[in-house]
Amino acid sequence: MKQSVIIPHLFRTEYRKMVSVLSKLFGIEHIEIAEDIVSDSFLLASELWGLKGLPENPTAWLYTVAKNKTKDYLKRNLIFAQRISKEIKYNVPISEEIEIDLSVKNINDSQLAMIFVVCHPCNTPEAQISLALNLLCGFGVDEIANAFLTNKEVVYKRLQRAKANLRHEKIKIEQPAPADINDRLPAVLMTLYLLFNEGYYSSNQDVTLRKDLCFEAIRLTNLLIENGQTNQPSASALLSLMYFHSSRFDARLDQNGEIILYQDQDTELWDQGLITKGEYFFNQAWQGDMISKYHLEAAIAYWHTIQPDSKEKWDNILQLYNHLLVIEYSPIAALNRTYALAKANGKMEAIAAAEKIKLEGNYLYHSLLGELYTNIDHAKAISNLQHALALAKSAADKNFISSKISEYMQKSQHS
Amino acid sequence: MKDFLLVYRTDENTMNAMPKRSPEEMQESMKRWMDWIGGIAAQNKLTDRGNRLTPSGKVVKAGNVVADGPYTEIKEFIVGYSIVKATSIEDAIELAKGCPVLTIGGNVEVREISVM
Repeated sequence: MKQSVIIPHLFRTEYRKMVSVLSKLFGIEHIEIAEDIVSDSFLLASELWGLKGLPENPTAWLYTVAKNKTKDYLKRNLIFAQRISKEIKYNVPISEEIEIDLSVKNINDSQLAMIFVVCHPCNTPEAQISLALNLLCGFGVDEIANAFLTNKEVVYKRLQRAKANLRHEKIKIEQPAPADINDRLPAVLMTLYLLFNEGYYSSNQDVTLRKDLCFEAIRLTNLLIENGQTNQPSASALLSLMYFHSSRFDARLDQNGEIILYQDQDTELWDQGLITKGEYFFNQAWQGDMISKYHLEAAIAYWHTIQPDSKEKWDNILQLYNHLLVIEYSPIAALNRTYALAKANGKMEAIAAAEKIKLEGNYLYHSLLGELYTNIDHAKAISNLQHALALAKSAADKNFISSKISEYMQKSQHS
Repeated sequence: MKDFLLVYRTDENTMNAMPKRSPEEMQESMKRWMDWIGGIAAQNKLTDRGNRLTPSGKVVKAGNVVADGPYTEIKEFIVGYSIVKATSIEDAIELAKGCPVLTIGGNVEVREISVM
């Protein structure tokens, strides 16, 4: 690999590992120092590697530089820490010999500890996702702003505020005690779930970026699975859900990032490898007796990988949505249930249910009503689609609904 | 939004008169219940799906006298309950109207829960 390629690549894979290890070493108060040291190491790499060529082992080189910079930093601050400010304490005894452990095991442990810090409920879900992208995925402020379709200042402030909250709460960078895992894990799973959804359902048309977000969420969930204590059935359920959904990534978006509906997808493009992985973790998920919402969503996603369509398939999907909604209401689950109801029990029953769920103001709701009234009530179908068009925000959604309207207009002219 | 208790009752005679149901019929009945309760949940109006109750029980009376229950005096007995959210009793009644218990000769009692 050339230097211009390898540095961004290493940044993506190594930055987060080094930041996690150093943050754990320094404690939450000095997380920015960890980030500075790692960034400086990369800066030095880009300067020196351009002049002298690539070192034999670029990763080891970066680790060594980061270790030395850390030792220098700690020594420089030794006098300050001991004599002037006794309040500042690091998580290490400050002595002449400082060991900075960049072994695979410590990297994994540190990243896992950081997952729990980043997904701490003292921050809003949105801030948690930004922090996760920043500290656990090595995304810069620009990339996060791009992912959220917002500007850099907003993201920068959001990250600063989120880090300040963590400092204020004095969150320890450590894996929770085994007894606390069950309390803390749901918040982590929720953030990883939202991170995945951010990629999967985003209105951003950058397909590569969206895939990146999904695969980062999968990678982080895999970190939970690899650790004995966090390898809980609900984590397996979440992971299988992510694999099942990802299997349709290439089938559900066209080259312009526009949506292709499930029923119109080329099933040849479904990734069987990812489906198989999904099935593996789906089976793992049923080892315990607890059924989380991720189990139900994974089961729904599993049925979506089954071809061809059958009454049995949609009956099962409908029942799973019923159970999911009984556990936890969400507008999107209510809409999807109504779609499954139409498939399983017929459009008339679905229309009656749709009129009751009252999600006016949601373009997906009107889009669904438009779909349900098609071939049943021409005027209502058109007015709902037009309503959906007026409410849709992203260009991809608008294009999609406009094409549906014109397709429908054409069809009704011919009949 | 206020909480309302829905109490499902059936008539003992209807229950006894019903032929023993096949597993498919049981499953079909379960599906009708889930479709109905899922429909309420999809409106974000389900507080607690509640439970089914087994047909037999005991009644404890004054002086710790224990009688066979539910109630030997009346033919109707409670088979289950749920708690729903609604703006008014009329709204709660609308929700109760689709209950599958109504198709087997049962009824739904709708009661507003008074918060203590």
